[in-house]
Amino acid sequence: MVEFVQQLINGISLGCIYALIALGYTMVYGIVRLINFAHGDIYMVGAYIGYLTAHRIGPHFFPALIIAMAGAATLGVTIEKIAYKPLRYAPRIAALTTAIGVSIFLENAVRKFISPNFLPFPEMIKRVPFEVRGVTFSNVQIIVPLVALLLVIVLQYIVLRTKPGRAMRAVSLDKDCARLMGVNVDKIVSITFAMGSSLAAAAGVLVGIAYPRIDPYMGVMAGLKAFVSAVLGGIGIIPGAALGGLFMGLAEVMAVHFINSAFKDAVAFVILIIVLLVKPSGLLGKYVSEKV
Amino acid sequence: MSTAKRLVSLVCLVLVFALVAGCAQKPAEPAKPAEQAKPAEPAKPAEPAEIKIGVVAPITGDVATFGVNTHRGVELAVKQLNDKGGVLGKKVVLKVEDDKNQPTETAAAVQKLITQDKVTAIIGSVASKCTLAGAPIAQSNKVPMISPTSTNEKVTQVGEYIFRACFIDPFQGAVMAKFAYENLKVKTAACLFDVTNDYTKGLAESFKANFEKLGGKVVEYQTYNVGDQDFKPQLTKIKAQNPDVLFLSDYYNTVGLIAKQVREMGLKCILLGGDGWDSAELGKIGGTAIEGGYFSNHYSKDAKNPEAVAFLDAFKKAYNEDPDALAALAYDATMILCDAIKRAGKLDGGAIKDAMSSTKDFKAVSGSITIDPATRNPIKSAVVLKVDKGGKFAFEALVNP
Repeated sequence: MVEFVQQLINGISLGCIYALIALGYTMVYGIVRLINFAHGDIYMVGAYIGYLTAHRIGPHFFPALIIAMAGAATLGVTIEKIAYKPLRYAPRIAALTTAIGVSIFLENAVRKFISPNFLPFPEMIKRVPFEVRGVTFSNVQIIVPLVALLLVIVLQYIVLRTKPGRAMRAVSLDKDCARLMGVNVDKIVSITFAMGSSLAAAAGVLVGIAYPRIDPYMGVMAGLKAFVSAVLGGIGIIPGAALGGLFMGLAEVMAVHFINSAFKDAVAFVILIIVLLVKPSGLLGKYVSEKV
Repeated sequence: MSTAKRLVSLVCLVLVFALVAGCAQKPAEPAKPAEQAKPAEPAKPAEPAEIKIGVVAPITGDVATFGVNTHRGVELAVKQLNDKGGVLGKKVVLKVEDDKNQPTETAAAVQKLITQDKVTAIIGSVASKCTLAGAPIAQSNKVPMISPTSTNEKVTQVGEYIFRACFIDPFQGAVMAKFAYENLKVKTAACLFDVTNDYTKGLAESFKANFEKLGGKVVEYQTYNVGDQDFKPQLTKIKAQNPDVLFLSDYYNTVGLIAKQVREMGLKCILLGGDGWDSAELGKIGGTAIEGGYFSNHYSKDAKNPEAVAFLDAFKKAYNEDPDALAALAYDATMILCDAIKRAGKLDGGAIKDAMSSTKDFKAVSGSITIDPATRNPIKSAVVLKVDKGGKFAFEALVNP
C-alpha cells in the first residue's frame, strides 16, 4: 500500500510536467489547427534560458521562471511570424513540415551557441525530503504540481473570463467569422503562441529543477509524450490536455509498479491506441461531424 | 483558394528547384578533390608519406568528457610518436570524427574514414553500442579497428579485424560482484540499467550472475530507456526490497541523475558501478548523493608503473588536468596499434591485424597488455575506485583476472 501511494505521488509529479507541455500543444492546435512539433524544443529552450539566467543572477527560482517564460513567449511569437504565418493558408502538411524544420533548427542552434553536451541545472530550490508513514517525497515534488496547477488556473481564467480569451475561443470556432466580427486574428494567434510557449518554458524550468540535467535533445521525447497526452485528452481542449498529461504520467508509473519497467513506454502508448479506438476524439473530446 | 494553389505550386517549384540544384551540386563536389588528386597520383606509387589513422569518439553529446579525453589520449600518443620520427619513418596523421555517442553516426563516420579519407586503421569508438555499429563496416573493408574502451563482450566477436585495449564486461561485473560480496560484505543487491544500451545491459547481467554465484541475492532488476530522466517509479520498487547495494551500470551523466533521486527517495544503499562512471562531471551532477560510491576502472592516476607515471606527467603538462581512464586507454590503444604497424612493416590491413593479435607483454599505461589471439581481448587487471568528497576518485583495490 505504501508503495502504491508512493507510485501515485511519482505519477502525479511526472504527469504535471507532461500536462504543462501538452497545454501549449493543445492551445496552438485549437486556434490554428497546427501541430507545432517545435513545441518540445521551445520547452528545451525555456530550460536553457532558466539555466543561463541562474548563471547570470544566481539560482533564484521565480526570476528564472519569469525570464524563461518571457523569453520563450518572445521566441514563440517570432517563430510564428517568421515560419508559420506565411503558410497559414497553405496546406497543413507544409506547416507541419516547417514545424519539424524549426524543431531541428532550435536543437542545432542550442548545440552550436550554448553547448552540445549535458549541463547540470543549478539547484534553485534546496531539496528537502519528507517522510510520512513510509512514503517519501521532497518539497520539489510538491512545488512542481503546485506551480503547474497555478498556471493551469491562470490559463483557464484567461481563456474563459477575459476578452482576449473570448476572442481566442471565437477564432478556434471559426476563424473567418471571428474576423468578420472584428477580432484581430493575427494578434490572437500571436497571443496563443506566446502563452503556449511560456507554459512550455515553465515546464522546462520545473524539469530542470526536478531532474537537474539538461541537453539540446531533451525536448524530443518529452514533446512526443506531451503530444500524445494532448491527443489522449482530446486535442484542442485545454482541460483535456491537463487530464491527458496526468493520465500519461500515472500510466507510465503504474506500468512499472504492476508489470515491469521495460514496458513503461509501451503501456502508455497502448493505452493511447485503446482510447483512440474507443473514443477517437480523446477522453474529453466531442464528436464533431465534418461539414461537406 | 487560388492563392493557396498558387502558393503550393510556388513551394513545389522552389522545392523542385532546390532538389535539382542540390543534385547538380553534389556530383560536382566530389569531382573537385578527384581532379585535384589526379595530378598528384603519378607521384604517389612510391608510398604515401604519412600514415592516416581515423579516430571516432563522442566529442559532443551525453558522454562528451569520454570523447574529449579519448581524443586527447590519442593526440598525445601521436605527438610523442611523431616527435621520435613517426612510425616506419612516416608521420602519423589523425582524421577525427565525432559520433555524438549515437550508433548511426558511428557507422557513418567509419564509412567516411574508410572510403573518403582512406585511413590505414581506426581507433574508436568509446561506447560499445557505437563500436558495435561501426565495427562491421571496418571488418568488411578489412581495416583494423581498435576500441580503447568498449567493454561489451560482443564487440570483438564482430571479426578478426576488431580489437580493444580494455577488459570486458563479464570480468568487470565479476570484479564488482566480488568486491561487493567480499570487501563490502553485503548480501543483497539491486540493479537499475538502460535496457537499450549493450554496455549497461551486459554489465548488469554479469554483475547479477556473479553476485548470485557468490551467494548473494539480487532482489530487484529494473530497467529504463535511454534519455529517461525520472527513475522514481523504479526506485520505489527497489526501496520496497531495501537492498544493501544498488548497481548502476550507466554512464556518469545518468548515474549522477539517478543518485540524486536515490537519496531523495530516502534509499540508504551503497551505490556501485562500472567504468562508465569515470568522469569529473559525475560529482557535478550527482553532488553529495554519489559520494561513497565505488566503481571498477581500467586505470587509476595513483598507478606506479613507469609508463603510467610518465603518462600522468605528459598529460598534465599538455592539458593541465589529470587524465582519466579514457585518456589512458586511448593512449594505450594508439601505442598498441602503432607498435603493430611497426612490427607489420607495411601499411597493409591484414599484416597489421596479424601483428596486433600477437601483441605480448606490451608495457602500457594501464598495465602490461597481452592480446588473446582467439578473442582479441587483452588480459589485464582492474582497479576499484571510491568516490570521495567533492567527486574526487580514490584508489580502493586492485583485482587481478
